[in-house]
Amino acid sequence: MSIKGKAYVMGAFEHPTREAPDKSTPQLHAECMRGALADAGLKKDDIDGYFCAGDAPGFGAMSMADYLGLRNLRHMDSTETGGSSYLLHVGHAAEAIAAGKCSVALITLAGKPLTENRGGPGGGRGGPPRGFGTAPEAAFEMPYGGTTHNQYAMCATRHMHEFGTTSEQLAWIKVAASHHAQHNPHALLREVVTVEDVLASPMIATPLHRMDCCVITDGGGALLVTSPEVARQLKRPLVKVIGAGEAPKGTYGGKVDLTYSGAVWSGPKAFAEAGIKPSDIKYASIYDSFTITVLMQIEDLGFCEKGQGGKFVADGNLISGVGKLPFNTDGGGLCNNHPTNRGGITKVIEAVRQLRGEAHPKVQVKNCDLAIAHGTGGSLGTRHGAATVIMERE
Amino acid sequence: MSEPKPAPAARRISPPAVSVETEKFWQAAAAGKLLYGFCLACHEPHYYPRSFCPFCFSERVEWREASGNATVYSYSIMYRSQTGPYTIAYVTLAEGPRVMTNLVDCDFKKIRIDAAAKLVWKPSEGGPPVPFFTLAP
Repeated sequence: MSIKGKAYVMGAFEHPTREAPDKSTPQLHAECMRGALADAGLKKDDIDGYFCAGDAPGFGAMSMADYLGLRNLRHMDSTETGGSSYLLHVGHAAEAIAAGKCSVALITLAGKPLTENRGGPGGGRGGPPRGFGTAPEAAFEMPYGGTTHNQYAMCATRHMHEFGTTSEQLAWIKVAASHHAQHNPHALLREVVTVEDVLASPMIATPLHRMDCCVITDGGGALLVTSPEVARQLKRPLVKVIGAGEAPKGTYGGKVDLTYSGAVWSGPKAFAEAGIKPSDIKYASIYDSFTITVLMQIEDLGFCEKGQGGKFVADGNLISGVGKLPFNTDGGGLCNNHPTNRGGITKVIEAVRQLRGEAHPKVQVKNCDLAIAHGTGGSLGTRHGAATVIMERE
Repeated sequence: MSEPKPAPAARRISPPAVSVETEKFWQAAAAGKLLYGFCLACHEPHYYPRSFCPFCFSERVEWREASGNATVYSYSIMYRSQTGPYTIAYVTLAEGPRVMTNLVDCDFKKIRIDAAAKLVWKPSEGGPPVPFFTLAP
């Protein structure tokens, strides 16, 4: 496939300001978006792809997507290559459009180094600070001591309130992971634990105990994705990508709903592209930063009905060879590892092992020809990026 | 018998970064008023405040003052803290938006979803006061 002729640049806007002490940087991004939409004759909700680089305040595309009220995104890209980023974005946007991943891609750039270098009300000395502190939401969230633990925990509190989910049910997720980790010589925690062990571990952020939380480890991982031609020249089992979906979820101007994750959007897109349904999946890698993360994603991906996740994960239903949905057979983030506090790559790696038949024999799923890897990055309790990949053994 | 633990130092409230877009919010905070954004085009309230409506993208937004009455949407008591337990929460303002906050100056064991909460202000370190909530009596 080529991008030749597959995409058009239909809106373009250059902000007229050269000095903007009266605007925030996010505000300038919004004004540029407004200008480009007007130029093209499109509306905000037509936008389904968003691209930004290091000038966008906050955390990748997520803070800005939430700030801008982009509710229909199905493709994001925060590729950062300095001043050339936006040229790459055009190419990437064309690729995404050619692949049917989005149809209206917004690319924004904005900043105010002139004002910021001068200091004073609209700026600050020493150039723009980077990271969370500059995000448009920062002033309204950072004073409250939010961490991954207590933000995910608020999702658990609400899930328990709405659906009657219990700490015992959440504990079963850790128990299943530990059953798998005992066979992984590299796993940080190899001891099999019980529901009682989880409930007896210290409370971290109600209702999550220490054993509801993933481990902290060093480490890493890498993947090579190739063309079919290259793949066929290699002497490894063919693990084919057959579907992918992604979506951000945010706090939506105060319409916060903690009962679901972005998997409600990324999952169905991936399944539709793959042409399969959740019940076809033989093995699932599900991001397990916390037990509640697993439970909500399982519901949102369609492995059970919303609110039924607690019943679904109980009694060993996630244990390979025991239950209906073998998950995280390497021990996952809960027992094995969580390199750089980012577990997305290990989710793909274990799914590849399963599809190749190279998982540990005690946890290898028989005839494993379809696997899903799904992750939540950022915070389940504020804004996050959900990503689903479905793979098939050819 | 172990020595009693010294009382943990109070949690420091970092000063919120004030931008020109949200300057009015923090000026009002200094006067004890909690503001939220309201769209004159689609009549939706929003929070955190912006210079435009995050729902319909209109720039016809105005500041409105919240009553300070709210109900607890969700919460978590944080024990992994060097300054003692604290409670993060989302509360639903009487005016509609759900906002992140801490529930302070109350018995954490009495916190329940849907409990009534009311606005209190706490000083930040060298910045404007920050809105918090406590359980309503």
